[in-house]
Amino acid sequence: MAILEILTYPDERLKNLSEDVIEFNDELQAFIANLEETMRAGPGGVGIAAPQVGRFQRIAIVDVSAKKKIKHHGRLVLINPEITEWNGFEVAREGCMSVPDYTGNVIRATQIHLVTQNEHGEKCEYDMEGYEARAVQHELDHLDGLLFIDRLVSRRHDLFQRKVYQK
Amino acid sequence: MSQWFMLTLIGKDQPGIVAKVTAALYQGGCNLGEASMLRLGGNFTIMLMLSCEGTVMTLETLLTPVVDKMQLRLHIDEIEAQPRAHCSPDVAISVYGADRAGIVAQVTEVFANAGLNILNLDTDVGGEPDKPFYIMQIEGTAQQGIEKLQLALQELLAVQKDLKVHVMAIDTVVM
Ligand SMILES: [Zn+2]
Repeated sequence: MAILEILTYPDERLKNLSEDVIEFNDELQAFIANLEETMRAGPGGVGIAAPQVGRFQRIAIVDVSAKKKIKHHGRLVLINPEITEWNGFEVAREGCMSVPDYTGNVIRATQIHLVTQNEHGEKCEYDMEGYEARAVQHELDHLDGLLFIDRLVSRRHDLFQRKVYQK
Repeated sequence: MSQWFMLTLIGKDQPGIVAKVTAALYQGGCNLGEASMLRLGGNFTIMLMLSCEGTVMTLETLLTPVVDKMQLRLHIDEIEAQPRAHCSPDVAISVYGADRAGIVAQVTEVFANAGLNILNLDTDVGGEPDKPFYIMQIEGTAQQGIEKLQLALQELLAVQKDLKVHVMAIDTVVM
């Protein structure tokens, strides 16, 4: 396995549109292993998309299981993923390995329904929420050449709606 | 050798200030860094970091035509070259209550003692003219943890019973 080089903005290749995966062969499995190792070596380590390492195919990995007290589906390899339903919205601050030294507020759906294939080409469906849903939306954006800086909302007057400690 | 400067401009708000000032700076060979602009009660202010080859005097000369024409006040300081000292807030606090003297001082003191370093602060007055209320939004870093801020909040609310305060964690998701 190997840690792959991460493209960083303003590298224009991050704006490329990625293509569907058609062949589920050994080469794909090897790439996924490298992609995962690269993700785990990164600062956040919860998600990565193939175009971030210069491979313009619809492949992403998400694993938010290290985060405590949230609902999640563990380690997910997403091939040709598609979100078919969105519900609710929430503002939170995001960062990205491909956009170093910058974080910003982004609105994402709080609940999504995801239809995808796994690394073996089998069809899977998930209902996701919160942190995991946000990670998936962020990674799927990469497949369409979008970065979180394409979706920024104002630093001022934002609505943080998680974890309210109220009296 | 280029030098970094902090430029502060204040004046009556009017269309075109940012465009005219930045055009003058660009034509004078300056490179803009980070900037923050604010409108408050019909007044305009901007803080802007820039680097250039010149001195404070060069910049003043460069900006005088615009500043005079738009009746702005200009202040320039030399600063250290650290234009990207980014610091992400990890806590957001909102406070509101009937308007009265001392809210900001009381609230910020309690939180400062509990380790809050304020990065952004916005306050506003709303409500009927004879029954104003005060809203304050703060973002910062909880240097002794968010639990410490919650404890401070309990103490604050024991004394200031009419204040409504929310302390929220800001999770930065790096992907
Ligand atoms: Zn990313």
